[in-house]
Amino acid sequence: MGMRKVAIVGAGITKFVRRAQETGKELSWQASKMALDSCGLTLDDVDMVTLGTAPDAFDGVHMKGEYLADGAGGCRKPYMRHYVGGGTGVFSPIHGWFHVASGMADICLVVAEEKMSSCHPHPQGAFLTIFDHTTEQPLKPTLIWIFALEMNRYMQAYGLSKADIARVSVKNKGNALDHPSAQVAEKITVEDVLASETLCWPVNRLDISPASDGAAAVVLASERVARRLTDKPVWIDGVGFSIDTAYWGTRDLSYPRYVETAARMAYDMAGIKEPAKEIHIAEPYDPFDYKELHHMEGLMLCPRGEAARLTAEGYTARDGNLPICPSGGALGVGNPIAATGLMKVIEIFLQLRGEAGKRQVPGKPTCGLAQAWGDLMQMGTVIVLRS
Amino acid sequence: MATTEKMSKTTTPTHWDADIPVNYVYTYGLAGEAFFRAIKDRGTFLGTRCDACDITYVPPKAYCDRCLEALDKYIDVGTVGYVDTFTVSFKNMDGSEKPRPRILAMIKIEGTDGGIIHYLDGISIEEVALGLPVQAIFKPKAQRKGGIEDIIGFGPVKR
Amino acid sequence: MELEKYKLGGTHLKSSDFEKGKVLTTAWQPNLAYTWDNGVAIGRYLDELKNGRIIARVCHECHRIMLPPRMFCELCFRPTDEWMYVQDTGVVSTFSVARVNWDASRRGPKEPPLLPAVIEIDGATKGMGILHMLGEVDPDDIKAGMKVRAVWKKSEDRTGAITDILYFKPLRAAASKKAPARRKR
Repeated sequence: MGMRKVAIVGAGITKFVRRAQETGKELSWQASKMALDSCGLTLDDVDMVTLGTAPDAFDGVHMKGEYLADGAGGCRKPYMRHYVGGGTGVFSPIHGWFHVASGMADICLVVAEEKMSSCHPHPQGAFLTIFDHTTEQPLKPTLIWIFALEMNRYMQAYGLSKADIARVSVKNKGNALDHPSAQVAEKITVEDVLASETLCWPVNRLDISPASDGAAAVVLASERVARRLTDKPVWIDGVGFSIDTAYWGTRDLSYPRYVETAARMAYDMAGIKEPAKEIHIAEPYDPFDYKELHHMEGLMLCPRGEAARLTAEGYTARDGNLPICPSGGALGVGNPIAATGLMKVIEIFLQLRGEAGKRQVPGKPTCGLAQAWGDLMQMGTVIVLRS
Repeated sequence: MATTEKMSKTTTPTHWDADIPVNYVYTYGLAGEAFFRAIKDRGTFLGTRCDACDITYVPPKAYCDRCLEALDKYIDVGTVGYVDTFTVSFKNMDGSEKPRPRILAMIKIEGTDGGIIHYLDGISIEEVALGLPVQAIFKPKAQRKGGIEDIIGFGPVKR
Repeated sequence: MELEKYKLGGTHLKSSDFEKGKVLTTAWQPNLAYTWDNGVAIGRYLDELKNGRIIARVCHECHRIMLPPRMFCELCFRPTDEWMYVQDTGVVSTFSVARVNWDASRRGPKEPPLLPAVIEIDGATKGMGILHMLGEVDPDDIKAGMKVRAVWKKSEDRTGAITDILYFKPLRAAASKKAPARRKR
């Protein structure tokens, strides 16, 4: 396609917390500065900046991209914000990839920020507006409804129990004990999940990731520059994104077809024919525990309906055949929406470099992917990385 | 039948009314906390300075937006500045007349690159001019809560 | 680089930090109200709800009978062709038993749970579901695949809104004595 190779060469992240003292700008700055420091660059070296952040309604700032620009290093530079709901954080490096692959930039700083805590009485209130204002909002829906409806549909389709799904939460919250940014890392059992408060059956409190504040950033570089900056560039070999209709009641809720479409796009680009064999490690989006299973199937990392069984067998554990969410995921590290997606990309970056510390998976993985998902259960974003 | 025709002969125009019932509570951040604490407790303004870029930020920033270096040394920049630009407001938000016009100004703080937007107080429309020296007037300390409303406005400099 | 070697940003605040005034804040209550035009398709949909009927829109290319109705087909990307009344009965595709309100506040111990469901309306193309509520049913008796019927507001109380349907209730008493042990929801 005449595109240039693009590598991730540096990364930065804040702690994920329920309520940060820092403003969104300050969180963005902390992650951006760390990312530049990690690869020995300064802001002068950066050609372009992209920033991802989810709904403006979390902050009540109706130009959030512009508001955050100075903290993200965007002042006086070509700068652009992107937004695809919960899919934003994995779209962030894809947006940066366009800039570098096209030849427009040699170095692009990619930042993802979310500060959900300013919104009261609860950030979930901001999600009211994703439902159709005339045919759905008058029923006073909460965001959890659509997850509950989707989870129930998924359980019915494959005869799964709540316990089958709770294992994901147990695994991810446990994995997060080794992540320095983690907000809700915890050693828990399936029984703990089942005994936690029922919010909207079949969803219990411990099936859900928390609301969080946090930011993450990566530095992308063209091949020529990347090879000078580091001995361990991690290449962006495939990108994909796809959206389905917002008439969500019309879709088969048991299978995320849009994730499959996005994955096929990324796999084609990366030359991946058999994802279940060629992908060594993955960070699918897990804002709810069943979503990890749903997404593993959409990503074709296992046959449909099999993800729960593989999880129970330890196949997706950090020392399993296909480690899934070794970071601890949104369920364990926390879920500042856009920053979560980029946290997942950073985890694959560190794992492929062998720099994930206590979280390092065995077997020297060389190919991994991160995926996010969002809007009205309709958007899939996928990135394939190789060392 | 054309699309527009199909779409125009079917129903009378109706609409649906609602609002988004959320509200916000903002923390001021690392630098903002220092700035508003100084207003509340000491009745003065703080700034931060980046020597490399030769910029003094007021209100202070925790980082320099030109070079992204951390700025964590706060300096007291005092409360005196000058009118950089201004406008005169005659109407309220709802379009009704104000009992008396109010002057809203960008005040540049002396010796810094930063500024504060606030009302002028005790300065008439005839007196106001670009470059006019002004000084912050604060509410009595007991009434200050740590917010931009702790400043009543900017008035003539006390000599 | 290893994350463990960096001092990460992000200063966690506790509720008590706010209560004790350790941290300053400012509050804002936006006062934004919206008037959303219903447009042609939803306008007619609401008008018909006021009449106690559900109306769909048909695309002659993909032959879908669509709910909610729309003036263009998002799959064929062409204008839809005709109106069609559908039934006020349907099948529960999926459902939840909700104990939280829209703002994540919890429903009180005496408040019944909310019962949102996706209902595939009879007469529309299979799979065309709408979001609505279930009622007159024990939460433990709800099953996917259950047949339901709309319970309408009295005609004089209807305003042309999705809430002109109060909820959908089971067509027959669902609980059977032979039913397997119910799982508590």
